[in-house]
Amino acid sequence: MAEATTATATGRKVKFIITRRERPDASPFTEEFEVPYRPNMNVISALMEIQRNPVNAKGEKTVPVCWESNCLEEVCGACSMVINGKPRQACSALIDKLEQPIRLEPMATFPVVRDLVINRERMFNALKKVKAWIPIDGTYDLGPGPRMAESKRQWAYELSKCMTCGVCLEACPNVNDRNSFIGPAPISQVRLFNAHPTGEMNAHERLDALMEEGGIEGCGNSQNCVRSCPKGIPLTTSIAAMNRDTTKHLFKRWLNA
Amino acid sequence: MKGNSYLPRKLHSLLGVIPLGLFIVEHALTNYSAYEGGKEGFSKSIDSLNSMPLIFWLELFVIWLPILFHGVYGLYIAYQSNMNTGRFSYGRNWAFTWQRITGVITFIFVAWHFYETRFQITLGNVAHEDLGSHMNGIVSNPIAFTAYIIGVVAAMFHFANGLWAFLVSWGITIGPRAQKVSSRVCMVLFVILTALFLLSLFAFRSDEFASAAASALSSVSIG
Ligand code: SF4
Ligand code: FES
Repeated sequence: MAEATTATATGRKVKFIITRRERPDASPFTEEFEVPYRPNMNVISALMEIQRNPVNAKGEKTVPVCWESNCLEEVCGACSMVINGKPRQACSALIDKLEQPIRLEPMATFPVVRDLVINRERMFNALKKVKAWIPIDGTYDLGPGPRMAESKRQWAYELSKCMTCGVCLEACPNVNDRNSFIGPAPISQVRLFNAHPTGEMNAHERLDALMEEGGIEGCGNSQNCVRSCPKGIPLTTSIAAMNRDTTKHLFKRWLNA
Repeated sequence: MKGNSYLPRKLHSLLGVIPLGLFIVEHALTNYSAYEGGKEGFSKSIDSLNSMPLIFWLELFVIWLPILFHGVYGLYIAYQSNMNTGRFSYGRNWAFTWQRITGVITFIFVAWHFYETRFQITLGNVAHEDLGSHMNGIVSNPIAFTAYIIGVVAAMFHFANGLWAFLVSWGITIGPRAQKVSSRVCMVLFVILTALFLLSLFAFRSDEFASAAASALSSVSIG
């Protein structure tokens, strides 16, 4: 049905259909582009090509497409967008492995700033809400903290790979504007910081935060998050483990009060 | 909605299993006695249930209030969810979506089923002894029979899959292997309970229940 890869006399072209909008409140529209193929291209290098030569598939001059990126090696999460229907990082999306035409959309679960640029502020607010850090500041030297068992460090390290990219929130059917669910990533971060021997000293504060409105209870177990996370973080295991810890915490709060 | 939904969500999950899940199992076994023991077996089961002490309060606190909360709050939970199986057609995401669809179907089915059976008893239109023949009257209508089959399958899926989710939400099954095993067990439960209810539905259609139906039906009109 769809047209196959376009090959013109001047060489192979890569076809893109990009969902754009000019301003946060503007209505979205799609624009098609044909970018000259180069070996080992990825979605970011194609977007750079459009930036250099902002002409759409109809040959009209247009405004360059906006996107965000930093590390270009799938560790910062800034370039996350919906590529052919799936949320993922544009910098690690190789053109050779994508079906064409390649559809690019912003992760519209988040407020869209412009074109493919989104505002992931709610994720950083969530990290603040659950206190995803280890408080070690004080007025005097507290000395070395307790050691972490190597066996624990190994699985905790996997959780620490989270780059707050937002893919798991985009994939989650319960992250939407009718629902206050905090999303999978911060719940997994609570597990990470509660596993740390020093972080554990404030475990109850993080559990309290997960038991507030819009906390862990919003999870509906669709498990899309664990299938989507680019870092392979065992999100559903983290969520279930925090379900256990918050349940225990609930009974403790009742019985110790 | 303001306020903290942590406790209502937890309670919603708990009530679906205890007491409602236990009630479903009881209901399935009682009905199955219609298949196994025929008219006599069924009325014996009904008798023994009705001879329980404090039956009114048991029904109120173990069945009606939990169903009301679980059903109404469940509709709100369904309203809060998106369906994205188009983009993420994974098995568990389908189960998530079906959990919400079957929840709504079950809500409607239970309301109708309650009106047709338990409520008619309250009104005095049907006596406990005539419930079997009353059911025969209902399921003899092909449309009502189909509705019952859909309702039963939806309700049993909702219960079995809900039990799986309960085990996760209360932090009982944590790792992927535990969750896979529990999902198999729950699907077996789904098949068994559905079979029990379907067998009883077919039993209610039999001649044995029909014979007394004519007299019992005289006072009630069946929708
Ligand atoms: S858990 Fe995975 S998908 Fe979610 S924000 Fe972190 S890295 Fe991204
Ligand atoms: S640019 Fe950092 S993840 Fe793509």
